[in-house]
Amino acid sequence: MLAAARCIVYRDLLLALRRRSDVATALLFFVIVTSLFPLGIGAEPDLLRSIAPGVIWVAALLSCMLSLGRLFAADHADGTLEQLLLSSEPLGVIAAAKALAHWLVSGLPLVLIAPLIALQYDLPAPLFGVLALSLLLGTPVLSMIGAIGAALTLGLRGGGVLLSLLVLPLYVPVLIMGAGSVDMVAAGLAPDGQLLLLAALLIVAAAFAPWAIAAALRISVE
Amino acid sequence: MLEAVDLACERGGRSLFRGLSFALRGGELLRLAGPNGSGKTSLLRILCGLLSPTAGAVHWDGTEIRRLREEYSRQLVYLGHASAVKDDLTAAENLRITCALAGLSVSSREIQAALGTFGLDDLPVKRLSQGQRRRAVLARLLLSQSFPLWLLDEPFSALDASAIALVEGLIDAQVARGGSVVFTSHQESRTRTGRVIELGTEA
Repeated sequence: MLAAARCIVYRDLLLALRRRSDVATALLFFVIVTSLFPLGIGAEPDLLRSIAPGVIWVAALLSCMLSLGRLFAADHADGTLEQLLLSSEPLGVIAAAKALAHWLVSGLPLVLIAPLIALQYDLPAPLFGVLALSLLLGTPVLSMIGAIGAALTLGLRGGGVLLSLLVLPLYVPVLIMGAGSVDMVAAGLAPDGQLLLLAALLIVAAAFAPWAIAAALRISVE
Repeated sequence: MLEAVDLACERGGRSLFRGLSFALRGGELLRLAGPNGSGKTSLLRILCGLLSPTAGAVHWDGTEIRRLREEYSRQLVYLGHASAVKDDLTAAENLRITCALAGLSVSSREIQAALGTFGLDDLPVKRLSQGQRRRAVLARLLLSQSFPLWLLDEPFSALDASAIALVEGLIDAQVARGGSVVFTSHQESRTRTGRVIELGTEA
Protein backbone atom coordinates (compact mmCIF):
# COMPACT_ATOMS: atom_id res chain seq x y z
CA MET A 1 0.00 0.00 0.00
CA LEU A 2 2.81 2.35 0.92
CA ALA A 3 4.66 1.48 -2.25
CA ALA A 4 1.80 2.80 -4.38
CA ALA A 5 1.50 5.96 -2.28
CA ARG A 6 5.26 6.52 -2.48
CA CYS A 7 5.11 5.97 -6.21
CA ILE A 8 2.43 8.67 -6.64
CA VAL A 9 4.28 11.19 -4.47
CA TYR A 10 7.51 10.45 -6.35
CA ARG A 11 5.74 10.78 -9.70
CA ASP A 12 4.09 14.09 -8.84
CA LEU A 13 7.28 15.55 -7.39
CA LEU A 14 9.19 14.43 -10.48
CA LEU A 15 6.57 16.06 -12.71
CA ALA A 16 6.76 19.25 -10.64
CA LEU A 17 10.52 19.21 -11.03
CA ARG A 18 10.20 18.87 -14.81
CA ARG A 19 7.67 21.73 -14.90
CA ARG A 20 9.16 24.12 -12.42
CA SER A 21 7.25 27.08 -13.84
CA ASP A 22 3.95 25.69 -12.52
CA VAL A 23 5.35 25.54 -9.00
CA ALA A 24 6.98 28.93 -9.28
CA THR A 25 3.76 30.68 -10.41
CA ALA A 26 1.85 29.75 -7.25
CA LEU A 27 4.73 30.75 -5.01
CA LEU A 28 5.39 34.01 -6.87
CA PHE A 29 1.68 34.80 -6.71
CA PHE A 30 1.84 34.46 -2.93
CA VAL A 31 4.93 36.67 -2.69
CA ILE A 32 3.52 39.35 -4.99
CA VAL A 33 0.05 39.50 -3.42
CA THR A 34 1.47 39.80 0.07
CA SER A 35 3.95 42.43 -1.11
CA LEU A 36 1.23 44.56 -2.71
CA PHE A 37 -0.52 45.27 0.57
CA PRO A 38 2.31 47.20 2.28
CA LEU A 39 2.79 49.15 -0.98
CA GLY A 40 -0.89 50.00 -1.26
CA ILE A 41 -1.62 50.71 2.37
CA GLY A 42 1.52 52.67 3.11
CA ALA A 43 4.15 52.46 5.80
CA GLU A 44 1.95 52.57 8.87
CA PRO A 45 3.66 49.99 11.14
CA ASP A 46 0.75 49.47 13.55
CA LEU A 47 -1.76 48.93 10.78
CA LEU A 48 0.57 46.59 8.87
CA ARG A 49 1.30 44.59 11.99
CA SER A 50 -2.39 44.13 12.70
CA ILE A 51 -3.39 43.06 9.16
CA ALA A 52 -0.35 40.85 8.54
CA PRO A 53 -1.73 37.47 9.76
CA GLY A 54 -4.99 37.88 7.86
CA VAL A 55 -3.36 39.04 4.64
CA ILE A 56 -0.74 36.30 4.66
CA TRP A 57 -3.35 33.64 5.34
CA VAL A 58 -5.76 34.89 2.66
CA ALA A 59 -2.90 34.99 0.15
CA ALA A 60 -2.02 31.42 1.14
CA LEU A 61 -5.60 30.29 0.45
CA LEU A 62 -5.64 31.97 -2.96
CA SER A 63 -2.22 30.66 -3.91
CA CYS A 64 -3.35 27.16 -2.95
CA MET A 65 -6.45 27.57 -5.16
CA LEU A 66 -4.27 28.53 -8.08
CA SER A 67 -2.58 25.15 -8.28
CA LEU A 68 -5.63 23.04 -7.38
CA GLY A 69 -7.12 23.19 -10.86
CA ARG A 70 -4.22 21.19 -12.24
CA LEU A 71 -4.25 18.58 -9.46
CA PHE A 72 -6.36 16.04 -11.34
CA ALA A 73 -7.05 17.84 -14.62
CA ALA A 74 -3.70 16.95 -16.18
CA ASP A 75 -4.05 13.28 -15.20
CA HIS A 76 -7.61 13.31 -16.51
CA ALA A 77 -6.58 14.76 -19.85
CA ASP A 78 -3.83 12.26 -20.62
CA GLY A 79 -5.70 9.21 -19.34
CA THR A 80 -3.37 8.44 -16.44
CA LEU A 81 -6.23 9.11 -14.02
CA GLU A 82 -8.01 5.99 -15.30
CA GLN A 83 -4.90 4.01 -14.50
CA LEU A 84 -4.84 5.52 -11.00
CA LEU A 85 -8.46 4.47 -10.53
CA LEU A 86 -7.58 0.94 -11.60
CA SER A 87 -4.46 0.64 -9.48
CA SER A 88 -3.93 -2.27 -7.16
CA GLU A 89 -4.40 -0.21 -3.99
CA PRO A 90 -7.51 1.49 -2.57
CA LEU A 91 -8.27 4.75 -4.34
CA GLY A 92 -8.30 6.58 -1.00
CA VAL A 93 -4.60 5.84 -0.57
CA ILE A 94 -3.86 7.16 -4.04
CA ALA A 95 -5.97 10.28 -3.35
CA ALA A 96 -4.15 10.91 -0.08
CA ALA A 97 -0.82 10.61 -1.87
CA LYS A 98 -1.95 13.09 -4.52
CA ALA A 99 -2.99 15.58 -1.82
CA LEU A 100 0.31 15.07 0.00
CA ALA A 101 2.26 15.72 -3.18
CA HIS A 102 0.19 18.85 -3.80
CA TRP A 103 1.00 20.10 -0.32
CA LEU A 104 4.72 19.38 -0.70
CA VAL A 105 4.78 21.36 -3.93
CA SER A 106 2.45 24.24 -3.13
CA GLY A 107 1.90 24.34 0.64
CA LEU A 108 5.28 23.67 2.15
CA PRO A 109 7.04 26.46 0.20
CA LEU A 110 4.51 28.93 1.66
CA VAL A 111 5.31 27.75 5.19
CA LEU A 112 9.00 28.30 4.55
CA ILE A 113 8.71 31.69 2.91
CA ALA A 114 6.03 33.17 5.23
CA PRO A 115 8.47 34.41 7.91
CA LEU A 116 10.31 36.31 5.19
CA ILE A 117 7.06 37.89 4.03
CA ALA A 118 6.23 38.76 7.64
CA LEU A 119 9.29 41.00 7.70
CA GLN A 120 7.56 43.35 5.27
CA TYR A 121 4.79 43.80 7.80
CA ASP A 122 7.18 44.51 10.64
CA LEU A 123 5.81 41.52 12.50
CA PRO A 124 7.80 40.96 15.72
CA ALA A 125 10.21 38.04 15.53
CA PRO A 126 8.43 35.91 18.20
CA LEU A 127 5.37 35.79 15.93
CA PHE A 128 7.26 34.20 13.02
CA GLY A 129 7.24 30.80 14.71
CA VAL A 130 3.48 30.80 15.33
CA LEU A 131 2.77 32.04 11.80
CA ALA A 132 4.88 29.25 10.29
CA LEU A 133 3.42 26.65 12.66
CA SER A 134 -0.16 27.68 11.89
CA LEU A 135 0.59 27.46 8.16
CA LEU A 136 2.29 24.10 8.68
CA LEU A 137 -0.87 22.75 10.31
CA GLY A 138 -3.32 24.57 8.06
CA THR A 139 -1.97 24.25 4.51
CA PRO A 140 -2.28 20.43 4.40
CA VAL A 141 -5.98 20.90 5.26
CA LEU A 142 -6.25 23.34 2.35
CA SER A 143 -4.73 20.76 0.01
CA MET A 144 -7.06 18.01 1.16
CA ILE A 145 -10.30 20.02 1.11
CA GLY A 146 -9.22 21.57 -2.18
CA ALA A 147 -8.59 18.14 -3.67
CA ILE A 148 -12.21 17.16 -2.97
CA GLY A 149 -13.36 20.22 -4.89
CA ALA A 150 -10.86 19.61 -7.68
CA ALA A 151 -12.09 16.04 -8.04
CA LEU A 152 -15.73 17.12 -8.09
CA THR A 153 -15.24 19.84 -10.71
CA LEU A 154 -13.07 17.66 -12.92
CA GLY A 155 -13.95 17.93 -16.58
CA LEU A 156 -16.59 20.62 -16.06
CA ARG A 157 -16.67 23.74 -18.16
CA GLY A 158 -15.69 26.74 -16.02
CA GLY A 159 -14.46 24.28 -13.43
CA GLY A 160 -11.85 26.74 -12.13
CA VAL A 161 -14.39 29.35 -11.02
CA LEU A 162 -16.74 26.70 -9.69
CA LEU A 163 -13.85 25.22 -7.73
CA SER A 164 -13.22 28.56 -5.99
CA LEU A 165 -16.90 29.01 -5.16
CA LEU A 166 -17.06 25.50 -3.80
CA VAL A 167 -13.84 25.40 -1.84
CA LEU A 168 -13.18 28.92 -0.53
CA PRO A 169 -16.17 28.89 1.90
CA LEU A 170 -14.89 25.59 3.28
CA TYR A 171 -11.53 27.24 3.92
CA VAL A 172 -13.07 29.73 6.35
CA PRO A 173 -12.50 27.73 9.58
CA VAL A 174 -8.85 27.19 8.65
CA LEU A 175 -8.46 30.90 7.90
CA ILE A 176 -10.04 31.94 11.21
CA MET A 177 -7.95 29.54 13.30
CA GLY A 178 -4.74 30.22 11.38
CA ALA A 179 -4.88 34.00 11.43
CA GLY A 180 -6.38 33.93 14.94
CA SER A 181 -3.45 32.02 16.41
CA VAL A 182 -1.03 34.74 15.29
CA ASP A 183 -3.36 37.46 16.59
CA MET A 184 -3.46 35.76 19.98
CA VAL A 185 0.31 35.85 20.33
CA ALA A 186 0.36 39.48 19.14
CA ALA A 187 -2.11 40.26 21.94
CA GLY A 188 0.14 38.54 24.45
CA LEU A 189 -2.03 35.43 24.86
CA ALA A 190 -1.29 31.76 24.27
CA PRO A 191 -2.21 30.47 20.76
CA ASP A 192 -2.72 26.91 22.01
CA GLY A 193 -6.48 26.84 21.48
CA GLN A 194 -6.35 27.87 17.82
CA LEU A 195 -3.35 25.66 17.04
CA LEU A 196 -4.97 22.63 18.67
CA LEU A 197 -8.16 23.24 16.70
CA LEU A 198 -6.08 23.49 13.52
CA ALA A 199 -4.39 20.21 14.42
CA ALA A 200 -7.81 18.66 15.02
CA LEU A 201 -8.99 19.89 11.61
CA LEU A 202 -5.88 18.37 10.09
CA ILE A 203 -6.55 14.99 11.70
CA VAL A 204 -10.20 14.98 10.68
CA ALA A 205 -9.30 16.00 7.12
CA ALA A 206 -6.58 13.35 6.91
CA ALA A 207 -9.02 10.70 8.08
CA PHE A 208 -11.96 11.56 5.84
CA ALA A 209 -10.84 13.68 2.89
CA PRO A 210 -9.06 10.86 1.00
CA TRP A 211 -12.25 8.81 0.83
CA ALA A 212 -14.28 11.85 -0.21
CA ILE A 213 -11.72 12.59 -2.93
CA ALA A 214 -11.89 8.97 -4.08
CA ALA A 215 -15.70 9.03 -4.27
CA ALA A 216 -15.63 12.35 -6.15
CA LEU A 217 -13.08 11.00 -8.62
CA ARG A 218 -15.17 7.93 -9.36
CA ILE A 219 -18.18 10.14 -10.09
CA SER A 220 -16.22 12.54 -12.27
CA VAL A 221 -14.53 9.88 -14.37
CA GLU A 222 -17.85 8.30 -15.35
CA MET B 1 -14.13 -15.94 -15.19
CA LEU B 2 -15.61 -12.70 -16.42
CA GLU B 3 -19.36 -12.64 -16.70
CA ALA B 4 -21.58 -9.86 -18.01
CA VAL B 5 -25.23 -10.15 -17.07
CA ASP B 6 -27.90 -8.26 -18.95
CA LEU B 7 -25.79 -5.14 -19.43
CA ALA B 8 -27.34 -1.94 -20.71
CA CYS B 9 -25.63 1.35 -21.35
CA GLU B 10 -27.04 4.78 -22.06
CA ARG B 11 -24.85 7.73 -22.94
CA GLY B 12 -26.26 11.19 -23.40
CA GLY B 13 -29.84 9.91 -23.46
CA ARG B 14 -29.10 7.43 -26.24
CA SER B 15 -29.24 3.72 -25.62
CA LEU B 16 -26.02 2.10 -26.86
CA PHE B 17 -26.84 -1.49 -26.06
CA ARG B 18 -29.13 -3.44 -23.79
CA GLY B 19 -29.62 -6.99 -22.68
CA LEU B 20 -25.99 -7.84 -23.37
CA SER B 21 -24.85 -11.02 -21.63
CA PHE B 22 -21.74 -13.10 -22.15
CA ALA B 23 -19.21 -15.09 -20.21
CA LEU B 24 -15.51 -15.24 -20.84
CA ARG B 25 -13.44 -18.08 -19.44
CA GLY B 26 -9.69 -18.28 -19.14
CA GLY B 27 -8.03 -18.85 -22.49
CA GLU B 28 -10.72 -17.07 -24.45
CA LEU B 29 -10.43 -14.11 -26.75
CA LEU B 30 -13.27 -11.69 -27.33
CA ARG B 31 -13.34 -8.95 -29.92
CA LEU B 32 -15.80 -6.11 -29.66
CA ALA B 33 -16.72 -4.82 -33.07
CA GLY B 34 -19.07 -2.18 -34.37
CA PRO B 35 -19.14 1.25 -35.99
CA ASN B 36 -17.94 4.43 -34.28
CA GLY B 37 -20.17 5.41 -31.40
CA SER B 38 -21.63 1.94 -31.00
CA GLY B 39 -20.42 1.68 -27.42
CA LYS B 40 -17.27 -0.44 -27.69
CA THR B 41 -15.24 1.80 -25.41
CA SER B 42 -18.17 2.23 -23.01
CA LEU B 43 -18.54 -1.54 -22.75
CA LEU B 44 -14.84 -1.91 -22.08
CA ARG B 45 -15.00 0.78 -19.39
CA ILE B 46 -17.98 -0.99 -17.83
CA LEU B 47 -16.05 -4.27 -17.86
CA CYS B 48 -13.13 -2.72 -15.97
CA GLY B 49 -15.38 -0.88 -13.52
CA LEU B 50 -14.68 2.71 -14.58
CA LEU B 51 -18.26 3.16 -15.73
CA SER B 52 -21.42 1.85 -14.08
CA PRO B 53 -23.84 0.19 -16.47
CA THR B 54 -27.36 1.62 -16.70
CA ALA B 55 -28.61 -1.86 -15.89
CA GLY B 56 -27.05 -5.25 -15.31
CA ALA B 57 -23.81 -6.21 -13.63
CA VAL B 58 -20.35 -7.56 -14.27
CA HIS B 59 -19.11 -10.49 -12.21
CA TRP B 60 -15.59 -11.75 -11.71
CA ASP B 61 -15.40 -15.33 -10.46
CA GLY B 62 -18.98 -15.02 -9.26
CA THR B 63 -18.65 -11.75 -7.32
CA GLU B 64 -19.86 -8.42 -8.59
CA ILE B 65 -16.88 -6.25 -9.50
CA ARG B 66 -18.30 -3.20 -7.75
CA ARG B 67 -17.82 -5.03 -4.47
CA LEU B 68 -14.36 -6.29 -5.35
CA ARG B 69 -12.94 -2.87 -6.35
CA GLU B 70 -9.14 -3.02 -6.12
CA GLU B 71 -9.15 -6.78 -5.68
CA TYR B 72 -10.58 -6.90 -9.19
CA SER B 73 -8.19 -4.20 -10.39
CA ARG B 74 -5.31 -6.45 -9.37
CA GLN B 75 -6.54 -9.03 -11.88
CA LEU B 76 -6.74 -6.83 -14.92
CA VAL B 77 -4.79 -4.69 -17.31
CA TYR B 78 -6.80 -1.94 -18.98
CA LEU B 79 -5.27 0.05 -21.79
CA GLY B 80 -7.66 2.82 -22.70
CA HIS B 81 -8.16 5.09 -25.63
CA ALA B 82 -6.03 7.88 -24.18
CA SER B 83 -2.31 7.32 -24.19
CA ALA B 84 -2.05 7.26 -20.37
CA VAL B 85 1.57 8.35 -20.37
CA LYS B 86 3.02 11.51 -18.89
CA ASP B 87 4.62 13.73 -21.53
CA ASP B 88 7.29 15.03 -19.19
CA LEU B 89 8.50 11.62 -18.08
CA THR B 90 10.58 9.21 -20.12
CA ALA B 91 9.16 5.98 -21.48
CA ALA B 92 11.00 4.00 -18.79
CA GLU B 93 9.77 6.23 -15.97
CA ASN B 94 6.22 5.95 -17.25
CA LEU B 95 6.47 2.20 -17.46
CA ARG B 96 8.01 1.87 -14.01
CA ILE B 97 5.27 4.01 -12.44
CA THR B 98 2.48 2.16 -14.25
CA CYS B 99 3.89 -1.16 -13.07
CA ALA B 100 4.34 0.04 -9.49
CA LEU B 101 0.72 1.22 -9.41
CA ALA B 102 -0.44 -2.11 -10.74
CA GLY B 103 1.38 -3.74 -7.84
CA LEU B 104 4.17 -5.21 -9.96
CA SER B 105 7.76 -4.96 -8.83
CA VAL B 106 9.92 -4.92 -11.92
CA SER B 107 13.64 -4.35 -12.22
CA SER B 108 15.16 -1.66 -14.43
CA ARG B 109 16.55 -4.42 -16.60
CA GLU B 110 13.11 -5.84 -17.27
CA ILE B 111 11.84 -2.37 -18.13
CA GLN B 112 14.72 -1.71 -20.51
CA ALA B 113 14.17 -5.12 -22.07
CA ALA B 114 10.46 -4.45 -22.58
CA LEU B 115 11.16 -1.05 -24.14
CA GLY B 116 13.88 -2.63 -26.25
CA THR B 117 11.45 -5.25 -27.58
CA PHE B 118 9.17 -2.44 -28.68
CA GLY B 119 12.12 -0.60 -30.21
CA LEU B 120 12.00 2.43 -27.94
CA ASP B 121 14.81 4.56 -26.59
CA ASP B 122 14.48 6.07 -23.17
CA LEU B 123 13.35 9.52 -24.30
CA PRO B 124 10.81 11.87 -22.75
CA VAL B 125 7.45 10.82 -24.16
CA LYS B 126 6.74 14.29 -25.58
CA ARG B 127 9.53 13.71 -28.10
CA LEU B 128 7.99 10.48 -29.36
CA SER B 129 5.65 10.10 -32.31
CA GLN B 130 2.06 8.94 -31.90
CA GLY B 131 2.94 5.38 -32.84
CA GLN B 132 5.97 5.30 -30.55
CA ARG B 133 3.82 6.64 -27.75
CA ARG B 134 1.40 3.80 -28.31
CA ARG B 135 4.34 1.38 -28.24
CA ALA B 136 5.43 2.87 -24.90
CA VAL B 137 1.98 2.10 -23.50
CA LEU B 138 1.78 -1.38 -24.97
CA ALA B 139 5.21 -2.29 -23.60
CA ARG B 140 3.35 -2.81 -20.35
CA LEU B 141 1.79 -5.96 -21.78
CA LEU B 142 5.19 -7.62 -21.82
CA LEU B 143 5.41 -7.17 -18.05
CA SER B 144 1.76 -7.99 -17.34
CA GLN B 145 1.77 -11.70 -18.04
CA SER B 146 0.64 -12.52 -14.52
CA PHE B 147 -2.69 -10.70 -14.98
CA PRO B 148 -5.51 -13.04 -16.00
CA LEU B 149 -7.62 -10.40 -17.78
CA TRP B 150 -6.54 -7.91 -20.43
CA LEU B 151 -8.95 -5.23 -21.62
CA LEU B 152 -7.49 -3.42 -24.61
CA ASP B 153 -9.12 -0.49 -26.37
CA GLU B 154 -7.98 -0.31 -30.00
CA PRO B 155 -4.58 -1.85 -29.28
CA PHE B 156 -3.56 -1.74 -32.95
CA SER B 157 -4.33 1.89 -33.70
CA ALA B 158 -1.37 4.01 -34.82
CA LEU B 159 0.92 0.98 -34.93
CA ASP B 160 3.04 -0.17 -37.86
CA ALA B 161 3.03 -3.73 -39.18
CA SER B 162 5.87 -4.98 -37.01
CA ALA B 163 4.33 -3.60 -33.82
CA ILE B 164 0.94 -5.05 -34.73
CA ALA B 165 2.57 -8.47 -35.17
CA LEU B 166 4.27 -8.05 -31.80
CA VAL B 167 1.03 -7.17 -30.00
CA GLU B 168 -0.82 -9.98 -31.76
CA GLY B 169 1.87 -12.34 -30.54
CA LEU B 170 1.45 -11.07 -26.99
CA ILE B 171 -2.33 -11.49 -27.15
CA ASP B 172 -1.93 -15.01 -28.54
CA ALA B 173 0.53 -15.89 -25.78
CA GLN B 174 -1.83 -14.51 -23.14
CA VAL B 175 -4.69 -16.63 -24.47
CA ALA B 176 -2.45 -19.70 -24.72
CA ARG B 177 -1.41 -19.16 -21.09
CA GLY B 178 -5.05 -19.39 -20.07
CA GLY B 179 -5.65 -15.66 -19.69
CA SER B 180 -8.61 -13.79 -21.14
CA VAL B 181 -8.42 -10.90 -23.56
CA VAL B 182 -11.16 -8.48 -24.56
CA PHE B 183 -10.23 -5.95 -27.19
CA THR B 184 -11.97 -3.53 -29.51
CA SER B 185 -11.03 -3.18 -33.10
CA HIS B 186 -12.63 -1.89 -36.27
CA GLN B 187 -10.63 -4.19 -38.45
CA GLU B 188 -11.65 -7.76 -39.11
CA SER B 189 -9.88 -9.87 -36.55
CA ARG B 190 -6.23 -10.04 -37.37
CA THR B 191 -5.32 -12.29 -34.49
CA ARG B 192 -6.40 -15.82 -34.01
CA THR B 193 -10.16 -15.67 -34.30
CA GLY B 194 -11.91 -15.59 -31.00
CA ARG B 195 -15.51 -14.70 -30.39
CA VAL B 196 -16.86 -11.45 -31.74
CA ILE B 197 -19.58 -9.30 -30.24
CA GLU B 198 -21.02 -6.93 -32.80
CA LEU B 199 -22.38 -3.78 -31.18
CA GLY B 200 -24.68 -1.22 -32.70
CA THR B 201 -26.64 -3.70 -34.78
CA GLU B 202 -29.77 -3.90 -32.68
CA ALA B 203 -31.24 -0.50 -33.56
